[in-house]
Amino acid sequence: MTDESSSPGIDPRGDAPRTREEDVHRLHRWEASAAADRRGGDIRRHTDVSTSAGLDIATRPDPAAPLTSVAQSGATGRATTSGPGRARRRRRRGLGTKALGAAGVLGMLLTWELLPVTGLVNARFMPPASEAIGGLISNFGLTDFWVAVGDTMRAWALGMIIAVVLATVLGFIIGSSTFLRRFTNSTIEFLRPVPSVALIPLAVLLLGTDIESALMLIVYACFWQVLIQVLYGVADVDSVAMNTARSYGLGPVARIRYVIFPTALPYVMTGVRLAAAVALILAITAGLIIGTPGLGAEISRAQSGGNYVSMYALVLATGLLGVLVNLVMRMIERKILSWHSSVRTEVAA
Amino acid sequence: MTYIRTFLHIVALPLILVLIWFVATLGEASFFVPTPQLLIETFFETWTSERFVSDVFPSLGRLMTGIALSILIGIVGGLLIGSFRWLRALLEPTLEFFRAIPPPVLIPVIMLLIGIGDEMKVSVIVLGAVWPILLNTIEGVRSMDEVLADTSRTYGMTKFNSVRYLILPSAMPQIMAGIRQSLSIALILMVISEMFASTEGLGFAIVQFQRSFAIPEMWSGIVLLGLIGVVLSFIFQLTERWVLGWYHGLREIEQSA
Repeated sequence: MTDESSSPGIDPRGDAPRTREEDVHRLHRWEASAAADRRGGDIRRHTDVSTSAGLDIATRPDPAAPLTSVAQSGATGRATTSGPGRARRRRRRGLGTKALGAAGVLGMLLTWELLPVTGLVNARFMPPASEAIGGLISNFGLTDFWVAVGDTMRAWALGMIIAVVLATVLGFIIGSSTFLRRFTNSTIEFLRPVPSVALIPLAVLLLGTDIESALMLIVYACFWQVLIQVLYGVADVDSVAMNTARSYGLGPVARIRYVIFPTALPYVMTGVRLAAAVALILAITAGLIIGTPGLGAEISRAQSGGNYVSMYALVLATGLLGVLVNLVMRMIERKILSWHSSVRTEVAA
Repeated sequence: MTYIRTFLHIVALPLILVLIWFVATLGEASFFVPTPQLLIETFFETWTSERFVSDVFPSLGRLMTGIALSILIGIVGGLLIGSFRWLRALLEPTLEFFRAIPPPVLIPVIMLLIGIGDEMKVSVIVLGAVWPILLNTIEGVRSMDEVLADTSRTYGMTKFNSVRYLILPSAMPQIMAGIRQSLSIALILMVISEMFASTEGLGFAIVQFQRSFAIPEMWSGIVLLGLIGVVLSFIFQLTERWVLGWYHGLREIEQSA
C-alpha cells in the first residue's frame, strides 16, 4: 500500500509484470510457431528433391512402421522445404546472399578457366570453362542437340508415366488392405534395394539398344520410389475421417475419391518428384552405357571421338536439365497441392 | 500363434513367386530365364570360387572406400560450410548445380582426368555419393536449435566440445538420412564405373556374361547385386538404430505427448 503510493512515477509492480507477461507471451508464441514449423514442414521436408535426388531412394520405406527410422521418415531433406520456416528463410535471404552465391559460381568458373591455363591439368583433357560454355551455347543452335534432348526427355516422360500409373494403382490396391500390405511387405522390401543398373545386361539382352531398354530401367527404379510413397500415404488416412465418411454412407469409390485420395496426394507428389530426378539420371545413364539414343549416347560418342570440348558442353547440359526438371517438378507440385496446408502456410506466413 | 502368422506373411509371397517361376520354366527350357535350381547352382558355382577373390572382393573394397571417403568428406565439409553463413551463401548455388548433374555422366570426365584405375572408380563413387551427405550435414548444422547454441556459447564450451556434443548430435539425424541415400548411389556407381573400362569387378563380370550369352551366370550376378543392396540397407538400419537410438526415443515421447 505504502509502497505503491511512495513511487508513483515508475511503478515497479504495475509496469514490470506487464512487460514480463509480454515476454512470456512472445516466448510462447515463438515456441508454438517453432513447433508448428517442425510439424507443418515435417511431411515434406525430408523428401525434398534437391537433397534426395539420388537413385533408388525411398523416404519412407516401411509403411507398417512409419516413424521408427529417421532416415526413412525423418529429416532427410532441407529442413524447411515448405511451411512457415521457409517463408522466414526466404525473407532473410537478401541481396547479399544472392551476390555471394553468384560470386561462388563465378569463382568456380574462374578456377576451371585457369586450371588448364596454368598447366596443372592437361588442357586437352580439361578445356577451359569458356570453351565448354561456348560449346554449350553453340549446341543450342544445333538440331542434333535438341533431337538428343528430345530423345532423353521422351524416355524420361514415358518411363515416368508408366511407373507412376502402375505404382499408384497398385499402391492404392495394396495399401487399402492390411492383409495385402503385410503379405507383400517382405517382397517389396527385398526388391526395392536391388540397384536398377543391375538390370542393364538383362535389358540389353531382352530389349536391345532402343528406348525400351531405357524405359525398363526407368520404370523399375521409379516404380518403387512412388509405390512406397503411395503406400505410406494410404496408410496415413485419418481413421475418424474414414469412419465419418462411412457413416455418412459414402460408397467405396467415393471414399477413395474424397478421403483416401486427398490424403495420399501429397505423398504421391513427393514420390513423383523424387522419381523425376531418378528417371532423368537413368535416362542419361542408359544412353551412356547401353547406347539408347539421347544425351548419354552423345556424351559417350564425344568421349570416344576425342571431342572433349563437346563432351564437357554436354555434361553441363545434363546438369542444367537436372536443375530444370527439379524446378518444374517443384512448381507442378505446388500447383497441384495448392489446397494443402503445407503449401498454404507458406503464403500465410 | 501371432509369430506363425507373421512368419507366414513374410515368406508366403516370395514362396509363391518362386513356385510360379518354377512351374513356368518347367516345360521347355527358356533361353533367357533359367530354372530356379539352375540359378542357385550357378550362383554358388560362379561366385564362391576364384571369382569371389578376383571380382567381388575388389568391387566391395572400392565400394567401402568410396562410402567411407564420402562420409568423411561430406561430414567435415558440411560442418565447415554449415558453420559459416557467408561460406554457405558462397557455395550453395554451385553445390546445387553439381548435385543436379547425373553422377554417371562424370565417369567419362574422370576417366580423362585420372585414368581408368581404382582411383577413377573410387572418385566416381565419391563424386556421386558425397552430395546427399554434404548437403544434409549443412542443413543439419544450419537448422540447429538456436537456444541450445546460445546456451553452449554462454556456458563457454570450447569449439571442439561444441562440435562433439552439440553440433554433431543435433545434425546426426539428417546426416544419417544423407548417408542412407548415398549408400544406394554408391552401389549403383560402383557397378556403372566397372561397366566402363575395367577388367575385373562385379559390373564387368555381369556385362561379360551378358556378351558371351552366359545367361544363368548373368542372372546370378544380378541376384548377387541385389543381395549386396539388401545387406547394405540392413547394415545401415542396424547402425542407424544404434547411432540415433536417443533420437528415436525422443520422437516416441514427442509422438505420445
